Amino acid sequence: MFQAPLEKYPVNIREVILGLGEKAKKIGGENTFPLHFFEGSLPNPPGLGLEVLDMQPENWPTWALDPFEDVVSDPVEWAKKGVEEYGAEILCLRLLSTDPMGMDVAPEEAAKTVRKVVDSLNTPLIVLGTGAEDKDSKVLTEVARECSGKNLLLGPALKGNYQEIAKAALEHGHAIVAQASMDANLTKELNIALCKFFPPERIVVDPTSSALGYGMEYTFSIIESIKQFGLVDKDNMMQMPIFADIGIECWRTKEAKESKDQGVLWEATTGMTFLLAGANLVVLRHPEALRLIKNMISN
Amino acid sequence: MALKGAEIMKKLPKTNCKECGCATCFAFAMKLATGGVKLDDCPYLDPEVKAELKGAMAPPIKLVTIGTGQNAVVIGEEEVMFRHEKTFFHEPGIAVLISDRESESSIDEKIARVKNLRFERVGNVLKINLLALSNDSGDGGRFETLVKKAYETTDFPFILISEDTDILFSAAAMCADRRPLVYPITSENVSASIPKLKELGVPAGVKGDSLDEVISVTTQLKDAGVEESVIDPGSKNMLDGIRDQTLIRRAALKKGFRPLGYPTMAFPCNMYQDKYEEVLATSALMTKYAGIVVTSLTEKDFIFPLLVHRFNIYSDPRRPMTVEEKVYEVSQPDENSPILISTNYALDFFIVSGAIEEANIPAFLCIKDTGGIGVLAAWTSGKFTGEAIAEFLKKYDVENKVKHRKLIIPGVAKKLKDELEEELPSWEILLGPSEASDIPKFLSEEWKV
Repeated sequence: MFQAPLEKYPVNIREVILGLGEKAKKIGGENTFPLHFFEGSLPNPPGLGLEVLDMQPENWPTWALDPFEDVVSDPVEWAKKGVEEYGAEILCLRLLSTDPMGMDVAPEEAAKTVRKVVDSLNTPLIVLGTGAEDKDSKVLTEVARECSGKNLLLGPALKGNYQEIAKAALEHGHAIVAQASMDANLTKELNIALCKFFPPERIVVDPTSSALGYGMEYTFSIIESIKQFGLVDKDNMMQMPIFADIGIECWRTKEAKESKDQGVLWEATTGMTFLLAGANLVVLRHPEALRLIKNMISN
Repeated sequence: MALKGAEIMKKLPKTNCKECGCATCFAFAMKLATGGVKLDDCPYLDPEVKAELKGAMAPPIKLVTIGTGQNAVVIGEEEVMFRHEKTFFHEPGIAVLISDRESESSIDEKIARVKNLRFERVGNVLKINLLALSNDSGDGGRFETLVKKAYETTDFPFILISEDTDILFSAAAMCADRRPLVYPITSENVSASIPKLKELGVPAGVKGDSLDEVISVTTQLKDAGVEESVIDPGSKNMLDGIRDQTLIRRAALKKGFRPLGYPTMAFPCNMYQDKYEEVLATSALMTKYAGIVVTSLTEKDFIFPLLVHRFNIYSDPRRPMTVEEKVYEVSQPDENSPILISTNYALDFFIVSGAIEEANIPAFLCIKDTGGIGVLAAWTSGKFTGEAIAEFLKKYDVENKVKHRKLIIPGVAKKLKDELEEELPSWEILLGPSEASDIPKFLSEEWKV
């Protein structure tokens, strides 16, 4: 009889809890490579989230907009529809309106929107700024305060603003997304800096995502190498669950705008590829991409 | 490959005769281990030892060729589990399934569609590689008609599929000169198949319901002198496929286990009814090690993501991806259209050209060869300086493409602006956004002639 060359790793990826109460979701916690149910323990299925914007979407093809057409002007209704109709167990509210190059909505106002969404649902919520470091640190600090104790996942915390964001998250009981672009060493550096004052079990890392055809392979390999450092080399600064925020990247491509089938598959394929690399949390834009991936990875 | 110089040394005559061209047997052993000399260069090797060394030094995963000439699909000889450890070498063949139960018109249409599934992307042709011809009718005549048609009207390599070994090999004999992959070779038909595989000189598609069965079949084939096999572990769904493919590659690479040291195949076409799910399973199995994937799909919207996916995963992470240096015309620009300049790092090109398309403002996109490195690194290394860009504009006669004299440069290259203002006094240099995603906004707000 052939002895299958199974591999065991002596460590676990950290488990991070999103949200509160019955609907809280755990991500991470595995001691093996993604979907390797045959040789290790994966206590939590990958978290799959749906994206919600705090303003009317621009430049979305009709087939991306259709599922939410009636609710896009109201983030609360949008969030509800994502959960009730499309089965999202995690939501990701993107505070696009706060973009300093765009509407530049004030932190207090953005925080009130987040509060409304939080109050209307118990679904775990990721809240993302726009990546503008100064503005994000003000916005996310305000969100942390306004939604104190709700255990949101706030991000992106970047090299230039992680201190403010992490401080607010620490004070008000939230988790954070630590984002370092396309480089496993930068991911590690940011984790080390954060862990000087922030609990590692409340950090999710985002190596930044690129879409199929637009650098997907870079993200894929960085996620794979972070996971390998964590599991095989037992590097405890590389054992945070990994986040891939792909809707925004995939639906920007001209291929996604060419047809519905191609658009949904562009996103679903990108998402599945990152799950195979080791992502623990993937945020999608199209409910069909969410449903597809969910069906296929359930063991 | 897997053998070290010191291990080879033990097997050599140790006479230091120098006839191989090396000063000592030890030097020969060291060179042999790294591929600098051939085993045959030693005239005094015992034939048995030679065979043993040859076997031990063979790549852990056999190279298999299906088809002939420029359309041949070459798979195997992979060296790593993760592409960042080196690279994946031979991209998987994508085969489209055609059944002999289909009507003639449906077959004709499918063949025509598959031929058209060819796309260009950054100078590379992305296409379907194989036809998987399946004898589902159980009728030999019908299958031969299908094979004959595919043989005469296409130049694809084939996978021939039949549960009836006689039908399978008579079809294989019809197209043996095209080196088809013959499938399935199982524990039941392997003995009968061996003489025919050897006679026709075609590779074997080995199928087992368990890895134990696969191992027994590949071992029999190998012992009988059939060298090239492709393994189908019979996976029922994506998750089983990932498990089977992973274990096979691991056994071959990490354990040097020869009976599983062959490229693999997977049949996502039999795993899912839903087309979307089939696409996802196909992409996942290409990522996780399949050397051939067989799909039932021929629609462009389903196939194109798979072709791009394969292109991405099998690109070499050790080499930057580049595009050709030239002035690209995005959405038919005219003499009043903006001119932007960037590097030939393929990702930059994709993102910037995509952003211009999104802006809905036609433009000239100047792509300067920087050896595939991004803006800042290229500026530092002198490949994207004011001087280099001035030369580029001259070389490609950019002045005569437009009436205006405005050049938009990447926002991250602030110092480049000063250099260019010095080099190109008649031009107005506009510092664009730092992020390509802000290009649409930048163009719509800032662009005026």
